[in-house]
Amino acid sequence: MTSEQNLLEIRDLRVSFRVDRHTTFDAVKGITFDIPTHRTVALVGESGSGKSVSAMSILGLLPENAAIPAESRILYGGTDLLRAPRERMLDIRGKDISVIFQEPMTSLNPVFPVGEQIGEVLRLHMGMSPKAAAARAVELLSEVGIPEPQLRVRSFPHELSGGQQQRVMIAMAIACEPKLLIADEPTTALDVTIQKQILDLMARLQERHHMSVLFITHDLGVVGEIADHVVVMQNGVIREQGPVRDIFERPQHAYTKALLECRPRLDRRPMRLPVIEDFMGEGGGRANFAERPRGVTRDDAVVLEVKGLGKTFFLKEGLFGKRAVPAVKDVSFRLARGKTLGLVGESGSGKTTVGLTLMRLHDATSGEVLFEGRNLLSLSDREMMAYRRRIQIIFQNPYASLNPRFTVGNILTEPMKIHGIGRDAKERVEMAFHLLSRVGLPEASFYKYPHEFSGGQRQRIAIARCLTMKPDVLICDESVSALDVSVQAQVLNLLQDLQDEYRLSYIFISHDLAVVKYISDEIMVMNQGEIVEIANADEIYLNPRQEYTRSLLASIPRGWDASRAA
Amino acid sequence: MSSVTANCAPPAMQESPGLWVLAWRRLRNDRVGMVSLAVVAAYLLMMIASYAGILAGDWNKEKGVSYANPSFLAGAENLEAKEVTQRDFAPKAKPVDLSDIDPLAPRYKEWEERAAKIAVTEVKRAESLPFGGDKWGRDVLAKAVKGSEVSIFVGLTAALFATLIGTILGAMAGYWGGKVNDFLEWFYNIFTSIPYILLILAFAAVFKRGLDTIIVILALTGWTGIYRLVRAEYIKHCGREYVKAAQAIGASHFSRMFVHILPNASHVILVQLSQHVVSFIKAEVILSFLGLGVPVDMVSWGTMLAEAQNELVIGKWWQLFAAGASMAILVTGFSMLTDSLRDALDPKLK
Repeated sequence: MTSEQNLLEIRDLRVSFRVDRHTTFDAVKGITFDIPTHRTVALVGESGSGKSVSAMSILGLLPENAAIPAESRILYGGTDLLRAPRERMLDIRGKDISVIFQEPMTSLNPVFPVGEQIGEVLRLHMGMSPKAAAARAVELLSEVGIPEPQLRVRSFPHELSGGQQQRVMIAMAIACEPKLLIADEPTTALDVTIQKQILDLMARLQERHHMSVLFITHDLGVVGEIADHVVVMQNGVIREQGPVRDIFERPQHAYTKALLECRPRLDRRPMRLPVIEDFMGEGGGRANFAERPRGVTRDDAVVLEVKGLGKTFFLKEGLFGKRAVPAVKDVSFRLARGKTLGLVGESGSGKTTVGLTLMRLHDATSGEVLFEGRNLLSLSDREMMAYRRRIQIIFQNPYASLNPRFTVGNILTEPMKIHGIGRDAKERVEMAFHLLSRVGLPEASFYKYPHEFSGGQRQRIAIARCLTMKPDVLICDESVSALDVSVQAQVLNLLQDLQDEYRLSYIFISHDLAVVKYISDEIMVMNQGEIVEIANADEIYLNPRQEYTRSLLASIPRGWDASRAA
Repeated sequence: MSSVTANCAPPAMQESPGLWVLAWRRLRNDRVGMVSLAVVAAYLLMMIASYAGILAGDWNKEKGVSYANPSFLAGAENLEAKEVTQRDFAPKAKPVDLSDIDPLAPRYKEWEERAAKIAVTEVKRAESLPFGGDKWGRDVLAKAVKGSEVSIFVGLTAALFATLIGTILGAMAGYWGGKVNDFLEWFYNIFTSIPYILLILAFAAVFKRGLDTIIVILALTGWTGIYRLVRAEYIKHCGREYVKAAQAIGASHFSRMFVHILPNASHVILVQLSQHVVSFIKAEVILSFLGLGVPVDMVSWGTMLAEAQNELVIGKWWQLFAAGASMAILVTGFSMLTDSLRDALDPKLK
């Protein structure tokens, strides 16, 4: 590849952050790669790999405490962006190089109509009159596929859905016909169906505007669909880079192989998911990768039965008015002992509400939850205490679900004290130690605070907390969604081991259809508070009976598809 | 507050640092924190020593001449002292003889004889005192030490009570929401709509005069700001997943309010506490100045500042300086200490 073809060349980029007076943290340790013109380069890596830092240094948007040594270069059309004067950077940012962030809601200013925000970019960089800018904003909105753009220019960000907000962000980014579009995890916060639409839109716009795209993501499935060239990063170093076909068909580096294998696949269901150590370690214990049989039969003992569960929220409207918003409508299902029920649906489908209502963290509006023949919803708070520990929940965000002021020891012994498990403090501490080693954490963790752990470790602590109460039913509310692919595999393996050992029943709530397919025996698809379809996992993926299920399944990123190579 | 977390620390305590040990270690590494801790500790010691009578027990003695100069300014002219001396010992005119018409004249002699039996030792009044004297020649330094007793005691206790009221009400309003919140918000609005000084005056008029009254007044009027902030903090934290997780494991309302959420709101409460100590020391000044403060037979920084007002006009600045400086040092030390405490107690600190 000669340098004329390259839009941007990154040479030996190093970024370090000053943590305090004595310590610095090297986020990026000398990376070199090119972004060719009219091509999509995907920067893939897990959290902490330095992918976002690399992208932000292109734009000079690093925080104050970042330092870049003199030998690093980012060459753009003969200019070194790291040393360009401020005025030149202001000119380049937004005009030649623009960026889309992960969270559209926080990237848009909530107090201005979207049309005005698009117009601002045009006025600043293209010198358009306010009137011309407003007209162009409407064109851009229709180009990114927002219905009724004439009306929508006057909408405020909160009046748009997440997908539409991301479309507005894209409209702003392409407003000045940039040569390079940096997309920092643009679809991570979106539902699969919306993700597919946005990816299609970006591919179409790249074609039409002859842009280059730097696509930052942790999801190799997405990469396989859109990228031409892939750069795999880990711990601030490039592990492997090459054309997308090579990466997917002949991965060289063990880390790339691991990333490709860790993610649950739709066509296979091994006994255990492979984890990074299987590839990176010497020899590796690639144990039991035989297929695991799944599914429930009529003979399985039912541990929990839900009949006609409903939950309605009331929103205030006007001074005295109330509006009923049904979040869950007439949901009925049975959960078999030792089996997993997967609960899938897009955001707003009511799947989390079902979980919280079962736990009585929300009061149900109607219905029954039968556990050992008793209706949990009609019990008094005192009677409920005995059942509380039998049904437990693991939340999505491991950073938020542990009290930052408690040590891990406090976190684990508290539920035991509440429910009188263990004879005295000493026995409880011993049990906590045992559980820590059971979930794969060192005993020294007992004395540490949650912030000293990574996301995956925190989720293990949350799992250990539930296990202290020896529950029968565990509700996993998006419990692995916030984790990196490799960590996700470890936690899924842990959950599976625990199910095999203690015969736990799981209600596994997720928007990630591949994960749900891997872990579930039975799957329940929800949409707008209602059950669309409920069937054994394999069956639902093979012959979906409902149109909605089909469209959901069609949106799953398929990863690399050899036919695309042509 | 978070003693519960300390209580359930494991028996194997010695091999692993608990919450407080870790906090103490972090505080020890903080130079500013340690200096301010030393300052505050010194003040507290001084206060206790003065209460026990070891220090400044004789603050009420008139040891020097009126407005005695500070010893580092011993040579400076002291017009007021001179004036008093001249008035006392050098009568300007000879007294008129009134013995003809004075009915008591025959008994003067008898009285004079009797008076002669009582030994009168004329105390030699000092021309200068270590940090100067006030109008009656009392040692300003001793006054400042004795005054710390009242001021710190009032400031600290009133702030503690106000914080307690504000925290409990704020926690209730924020945690329960709904009707409880509506009622407390209504109460808060009514309470804050009355001008602050007027409210203090109203309370002061009802209660009798004394130290305990000032504390009660300040605590009862000062909780509003803390209430508002604590309530906001609780509303924020109630929606957090860790509180939901606590509910899921069956933690009681009380435990969720005060064991789970309170430590997470403690930084707000601590900072508020320190700010209120400062503002209550100042409020005591205002009350004393208005004549509603400490009784006349006691001294506080407030009464000293009230006196200093008149003295400043005639150029006697040391009383103002002594009271102001002791207050400034304590107040600065205290707020820096709370700042460091907050950092030390925060395990999330990066």
